[in-house]
Amino acid sequence: MLTKRIIPCLDIKNGRTVKGVRFENIRDAGDPVELAKWYAEQGADELVFLDITATNEERKTFAELVRDIARHIDIPFTVGGGISAVADVEVLLQAGADKVSINSAAIQNPALVEDLAKRFGSQCVTVAVDTKHTDATGWKVYARAGTVETEHATVDWARKVTDLGAGEILLTSMNNDGTKAGFALDITGAVAKAVSVPVVASGGAGSKQHFADVFHQAHADAALAASLFHFRELEVPDLKKYLKEQGVDVRL
Amino acid sequence: MNLVIVDYKAGNVQSVLFALERLGIQAKLSADFETIKSADKVIFPGVGEASSAMAQLKARNLDKLLPTLEQPFFGVCLGMQLLCKHSEEGDTDLLGIIPLQVKRFQTNLKVPHMGWNQLENLQSPLFEGIKEQEYVYYVHSYYVPNSDYTIAQSVYPEPFSAALQYKNFYAAQFHPEKSGPAGSQIIKNFLAL
Repeated sequence: MLTKRIIPCLDIKNGRTVKGVRFENIRDAGDPVELAKWYAEQGADELVFLDITATNEERKTFAELVRDIARHIDIPFTVGGGISAVADVEVLLQAGADKVSINSAAIQNPALVEDLAKRFGSQCVTVAVDTKHTDATGWKVYARAGTVETEHATVDWARKVTDLGAGEILLTSMNNDGTKAGFALDITGAVAKAVSVPVVASGGAGSKQHFADVFHQAHADAALAASLFHFRELEVPDLKKYLKEQGVDVRL
Repeated sequence: MNLVIVDYKAGNVQSVLFALERLGIQAKLSADFETIKSADKVIFPGVGEASSAMAQLKARNLDKLLPTLEQPFFGVCLGMQLLCKHSEEGDTDLLGIIPLQVKRFQTNLKVPHMGWNQLENLQSPLFEGIKEQEYVYYVHSYYVPNSDYTIAQSVYPEPFSAALQYKNFYAAQFHPEKSGPAGSQIIKNFLAL
């Protein structure tokens, strides 16, 4: 049975994890490699590393980090942040990343998705979609780290990038992100139903129940969280045990 | 051990090299005929698209060399599919070492088949120490149906070949280099053949 995936997400700045993380049993929780190894041992199914730095110089540091991560962990990982060209992706995949996630660049230049899929295969192209709901607009796609509203309706955009060759959608609800009130079940369900590729739900996880809900009710293929795991409010083994009890197929 | 990884610009070469490094094993990356022929064992990685991978192999004449090899050989993911005869992906003629067809998943389940799935019906020394229903990581849109050469299967939603063996040619559709300790064990098993 193909299992639902649990994915911790790490924000990286200058080669270090950003958010203050509380791990007593890790030598250096600011070291992404140490943290990644720990999550892999805990049973995380994949990891996502987001480079939140901006300059080209820092981006080189990130590529070196990707190589270091690939050297040390034996589960798949996706890298994203600031990717805008085929050449950026080539560097990251050659460094050992399994997938890349692109966001604003896909909005600015949708042909990039097609180029990447042709060049490297759909299996390594994740399109990250930041979405926000207002009563006036419905669920719209946002660019530039959620600061710029686009004209794209979320379900239409997910369909479009899938047609262009995206192999996975990473859907983040800005309404839910940081609230710990649960994932956005309605838009996640709508996107999961609309596209033929796997959908990763992100934003709003606050309890084990929220993960069960997003798998059972919204049919997400994977669920991502950051601070919930980093602050150890929820641990991956407990979460997976709970999900199994709730009838969700997970890797234990 | 003289271990050679076939170099034809496949996407996951670095991951395979790192997986071997974690096992304390050095491998040579090469497209050179003599280097490959004289290897004790050969690993043939691959991700990406079948027709462009075949073009890369042909550009190096590796399509002529690989079928003649006699040492233990391990194709991974696309490297497994390329050993077969034909793929629906780009209607591509493959190396033709194993007389099988590669098909696209026709299912209302999500494609690519992406994530951790279970191994069943393990029938090879390649799976020494691996338990039935062990989880391994997959990411692929095309598959090889079960056949006489199938040495393990997974189910999505029908059973398909998780691994193949024909003579000295072993192959896995999943990614042992990304499948945690079980994946490392499978690589070790290959190296011990």
